[in-house]
Amino acid sequence: MKVREFLCKKRKTMQFEQILQYTFSGLSTGAIYALIGIGFSIIFTATGIINFAQGEFVMLGGMLTLFFLEVLKLPLWAAIPSAVAVSALAGLLFERLAIRPLRQPTPLNLVIVTIAGSILIRGLAMLLWGKDTHAIPPFTGDEPISIAGATILPQHIWILAITLLIIAVNKFFFYHTISGKAMRACSYNRRAAGLVGIDVHRMVLFSFVISSVLGSLAGIIVAPLTMTAYDVGIMLGLKGFCAAIIGGMSSGMATVVGGLILGVLESLGAGLISSGYKDAIAFIILLLILFIRPQGLFGKAESERV
Amino acid sequence: MLRLKNINTYYGKVHALKNVSLHLGEGEIVTLIGANGAGKTTILNTISGVTPAGGGEVLFRKEPVTTLTPDRIVKYGISQVPEGRQVFKPLSVEDNLELGAYLRYRSREDRSAIRRDMAQVFTLFPRLEERRRQLAGTMSGGEQQMLAIGRALMANPKLLLLDEPSMGLAPLVVQEIFRVLERLRRENGVTVLLVEQNAKAALKLADRGYVLETGKIILEGPSEELRENAEVKRAYLGKDKKEIWER
Ligand SMILES: Nc1ncnc2c1ncn2[C@@H]1O[C@H](COP(=O)(O)OP(=O)(O)OP(=O)(O)O)[C@@H](O)[C@H]1O
Ligand SMILES: [Mg+2]
Repeated sequence: MKVREFLCKKRKTMQFEQILQYTFSGLSTGAIYALIGIGFSIIFTATGIINFAQGEFVMLGGMLTLFFLEVLKLPLWAAIPSAVAVSALAGLLFERLAIRPLRQPTPLNLVIVTIAGSILIRGLAMLLWGKDTHAIPPFTGDEPISIAGATILPQHIWILAITLLIIAVNKFFFYHTISGKAMRACSYNRRAAGLVGIDVHRMVLFSFVISSVLGSLAGIIVAPLTMTAYDVGIMLGLKGFCAAIIGGMSSGMATVVGGLILGVLESLGAGLISSGYKDAIAFIILLLILFIRPQGLFGKAESERV
Repeated sequence: MLRLKNINTYYGKVHALKNVSLHLGEGEIVTLIGANGAGKTTILNTISGVTPAGGGEVLFRKEPVTTLTPDRIVKYGISQVPEGRQVFKPLSVEDNLELGAYLRYRSREDRSAIRRDMAQVFTLFPRLEERRRQLAGTMSGGEQQMLAIGRALMANPKLLLLDEPSMGLAPLVVQEIFRVLERLRRENGVTVLLVEQNAKAALKLADRGYVLETGKIILEGPSEELRENAEVKRAYLGKDKKEIWER
């Protein structure tokens, strides 16, 4: 009798610790999805385009950091901003060379162009860096920290802290600077934005640059945990897209929460049921949202998007 | 100050403006009247660079501005208050006004000058100051019209183009808005091109007027003359056409 009670209790605490553990790691991957998702939303709000190449900028972030670290032998603190800068440039070129020249920017043409862009970027990355997976060293060691019975890595904390910082900066930009307000104005009323002198093309370009910066940062901070390779953009891009859909294509808190929900559910599902279901969870959520609440989990029918 | 010479504007195959010529002197208030679909909005958009002319020339202070993009036109000192107000609905009143001065922020103009102009907009329309933090989309039609005018004024224009500002507004509000236009001309020397279907009110305010019909200017002259003109009376002021300008 006593023994059974003891075992039962032990199992319960173990399960609690496990759940805590999965939640922690889910939150940090969720933060990554959130960043990628915000990138999707910013471009969607500014242009109505779903940028299927978004995931490739995530890949570029990780791979370029690796390149600056190992080939150019830069220290990490210099490699990261360099990688972000090159990704931003890639985003700028992508808009200039692939999106803007489109004669007939119908939704179908745009989808085709962004998919073609993603295949091209992925292909170039494969030619440049090969098919191997690589690891980036964690930012500050890999000594686990124990919190309430769960252990987390310093990199998890980095991910959460950097994500929070980026979200704060993003919010400040869109709500308190004239350029940010102009971008929002463009998405609400293009014609009126043009009439007050806002260059709409420039704002579209801007949205691509900001999204590639967010995407590459996500790719950089996650790489020490998950490794990186030329093709990580496919899955990460889809997960980010899923976060954005849960958030109703908002580039604010809704998408952040969407990313976190996805990350935690995925991690719990993989840990408690089977890791084979990990990727399926994202797609099930994606389909459910699209069928049942296409305006997003928190969206009113007409929500403020930025 | 502004001169349109033989302007032709097309929407694809639709020939919307046919050899339109008109001019505005410095400090004038000129009205452009015409029925639905006459091409009034098209004239304003051609001046603003939204639908550039396919032929002819637009001169502003003797410089050709025919092919400039909308933002360059604003820089030159021409601001448009578009049809249907078109305020940025999810943004606050204050943000809308700030965005009116977007190009001035971009060219790093002194912030105090911009703040001064915002204060002036608030003296013209005290209601906007009371509601400066309210979202533009939640305001009444009249208030949104005031905001749209205020936003255009924030660019510090020399020439103000207004597209049917009286549409859907109560006569008292229309009066208030027209008084502001008068005051802007008197105090700031702003020149005004006023598109209206409310011909009666517009001809009372304006110095001169043009009458547009299916893309062509069919009449022009001083307001008193147009008010007495039999054709105008029949088509735009007559009792049987009351509904046109009372909407
Ligand atoms: N985007 C467009 N594409 C095709 N035709 C257009 C377009 N915009 C306007 N038109 C046509 O050009 C003509 C002039 O239109 P415009 O909007 O300038 O008229 P308006 O005088 O401003 O009318 P309203 O009083 O109804 O505002 C109309 O015949 C209209 O159908
Ligand atoms: Mg019109």
